[in-house]
Amino acid sequence: MCCSAGWPAVVSLLPGPPAVDAPAARPRRGRSRAGRWLLRGVAVLYIGILVAVPLALVFQRTIADGADAFWDAISAPDAVHAFTVTAEIALVAVAINTVFGLGVALLLARYRFAGRRLFNVLLDIPVSVSPIVVGLALVLVYGPTQGWFGPSLSNAGVQVIFALPGMVLATCFVSLPLVVRELVPVLQEEGLDQEVAARSLGANSWQRFVRITLPTIRWALAYGVVLSLARAIGEYGAVRVVSGDVIGQTQTATLRVGDLAEQGEPGDYQIALVLVLFAILCIVGISLLRPKEKKS
Amino acid sequence: MGIEVRAVTKRFGEFTALSDVDLSVPSGELTALLGPSGGGKSTLLRIIGGLEDPDSGSVEIDGVDATRVPAQRRNVGFVFQHYAAFKHLTVFRNVAFGLEIRRRPKDEIRRTVGELLELVHLEQFADRLPSQLSGGQRQRMALARALATQPRVLLLDEPFGALDAQVRKELRDWLRRLHDEMHVTTLFVTHDREEALEVSDRLVVINSGRIEQVGSPTELYDKPSNDFVMSFLGPVTRLDGRLVRPHDIDIFTEPADGAVRGTVLRLQRIGFEVRAELEAGASRPWVQLTRGQAESLRIAAGTTVWLRAAAGASTLDAPAQEEPVPVPA
Repeated sequence: MCCSAGWPAVVSLLPGPPAVDAPAARPRRGRSRAGRWLLRGVAVLYIGILVAVPLALVFQRTIADGADAFWDAISAPDAVHAFTVTAEIALVAVAINTVFGLGVALLLARYRFAGRRLFNVLLDIPVSVSPIVVGLALVLVYGPTQGWFGPSLSNAGVQVIFALPGMVLATCFVSLPLVVRELVPVLQEEGLDQEVAARSLGANSWQRFVRITLPTIRWALAYGVVLSLARAIGEYGAVRVVSGDVIGQTQTATLRVGDLAEQGEPGDYQIALVLVLFAILCIVGISLLRPKEKKS
Repeated sequence: MGIEVRAVTKRFGEFTALSDVDLSVPSGELTALLGPSGGGKSTLLRIIGGLEDPDSGSVEIDGVDATRVPAQRRNVGFVFQHYAAFKHLTVFRNVAFGLEIRRRPKDEIRRTVGELLELVHLEQFADRLPSQLSGGQRQRMALARALATQPRVLLLDEPFGALDAQVRKELRDWLRRLHDEMHVTTLFVTHDREEALEVSDRLVVINSGRIEQVGSPTELYDKPSNDFVMSFLGPVTRLDGRLVRPHDIDIFTEPADGAVRGTVLRLQRIGFEVRAELEAGASRPWVQLTRGQAESLRIAAGTTVWLRAAAGASTLDAPAQEEPVPVPA
C-alpha cells in the first residue's frame, strides 16, 4: 500500500499530481479536442468570475490607494485591536475544535454506538445553518437577561454574549465539523491494524495515540486545522450577532471591514486584503507541504 | 511452561468462536493452529495475545496467569497477516518501536535492531519506508519487530496468507530455520495444511470452536482421531465403508484376501502420479498410484481389479451418510 492511500479527502482538495493521460483515454483525444477546450474555458470563466476577478479587484483597489493608506488602515489602533480580537478568537476556537474534532473523529471512526447516525447528522448542521441563525440561537441560550442560563452565568460574573466567550462559542459552532470531516475518512481507511500492532509491542493508549494515530492523520489534521482557521477568521454573521460589534472591544477584523464599508470610510479594502492574504498563505502553505510527504 | 490455555470460551453475539478449549503449548516449540476459516483458531491466538478477552477460562504464559493482563504488558510478539507495518516509520524505527517504548538506551537499540535486520536479511533496507518494500520483506520486518523485545511467546496470525505462492514457500522454510536458531515458543495460525505439516513441531487442528486433535504432524496424518482431521490433513477416499488415504490402497488384478472387487472407470495422469477412479460395490474410491505402479498393473478403463487397504494404513469408519468424497482437482 502506498503511503498516500489514506488521504482521499485531502487529495481531492489540493493540487494533485500532474494529470496522467490514461491510455484508455487516448483514442478519444482527437475527437473531443473542441469539447475539452470548451470545458476548460467554462471552468476558467466560472472560477474567474466567482473568485479571481473580485479578489484581484481587492488587490487592485488596495494598491491604487497606495502604501501609506495601507499602512494607516492596518496600523490604526482600532484596526490593530480588531486583528488581535480576531486572532484570539480564531486561535482559541481552532484549539477547541481540534481537540474536540480529534475526539469525535476517533469516536465516529472506531466505535459503533446507539445514535451514531443522528450524531453524524447533527455534526453537519453548523455548516448548513445560516451563521446569523447560529448567533441568534446563542443569544437565546446565553443572553444575559432572557437567555436560558445566561442570567445565572451573568450573576456568577461570567459574561458570554457581547464578550469574547460568546464570540469563541459562535466561531466554534460554525467551524464545528471541519476537522472531524477531514479525519474520519483517514481513520477509517487506516483501520486498527497499526494500533493493535503497537499495543502488542507494549505501547499504552497514550503512546499509541502519539506515536501511531497522530502521525497517521497528521496531514488530514493539518488540513482540517487550516480550514477551521480560515473559517474562524472569516466568520461574520454569528459573531456580529453575539459580539455587539463594539469598536475597540468586541470588533473583529471582518466586522471592521463590514463597518467601514457600510459607513464609506477608508480602510475596508486594506483590511480585507490582509485577511485574503492570510487565507491564501494557509492554503498554499499546506499544499506545498503535502507533496514532500508523498515523495518520501 | 510455555502456554497453558484452560477451558476458554468465547462468543461473539450468537456465534460461539471457542467452546471450552484446553491447550498446552510446550516451551520452545513451533506449534501450528490449523483449521478452516471461522473455526476459531485466530480467536484463540488473539486471546493468548491479549487482543481479545475470553468470556471464561484462563491463559497462562510461562507459568504466570495472563488472563487479565492487557496485551501491552504480556510481552508477546504478534505478527499479522497484513503486516500492520507502521507506515510513517522507517524499517529501522519499525523494528525499534518496542524497544523505544521500553526506553532502552540508544546504542542498545541500534545494536539490537541491526542484529535483527541482519537476521531477516533487511540490513540494507533500514532507511526505507514499508511502502518501499515487497510483501515478503514487509512480513520479515514485522517478524523482526515482534522479536525485538525478546517476547516470551511469538504469535503469528496467517503470517504468509497475503503473499504469493513462491514467496510463501520461501518464508515458510525461512521461518523454520529461524525457529531452529532462536527456539522462541511460537504459535502460528494457518488454514494451509501443507504449511502446517511442513513447518510445525506440533499441530493443533481446530474446527467449529473445538480442538479436534493435537499431535506431531506425522501422528495426525497417520493416526487421525476422526474423519474431520483425516480429511483436513490429506486426501481421503471411501473403500468398503471405510475412509482411507488414496495412496494407501493396494490394487490387485486377481482376487486377494479381504479385497473387494471393483472396476476401473477412468485413469488420469497428473505429472508423476496416476489417479485411478473405480467403482467398488456402493462406493466409488479413487487410488493414487505412481506411473510405474499403474504400468506394471496394466490397468485401463474397464479392467476388473481387487482393492484392499494397504497393510498398516490408517483407516476410519466412514460416516453414515454416503456422501461422495470428491477427487481433488
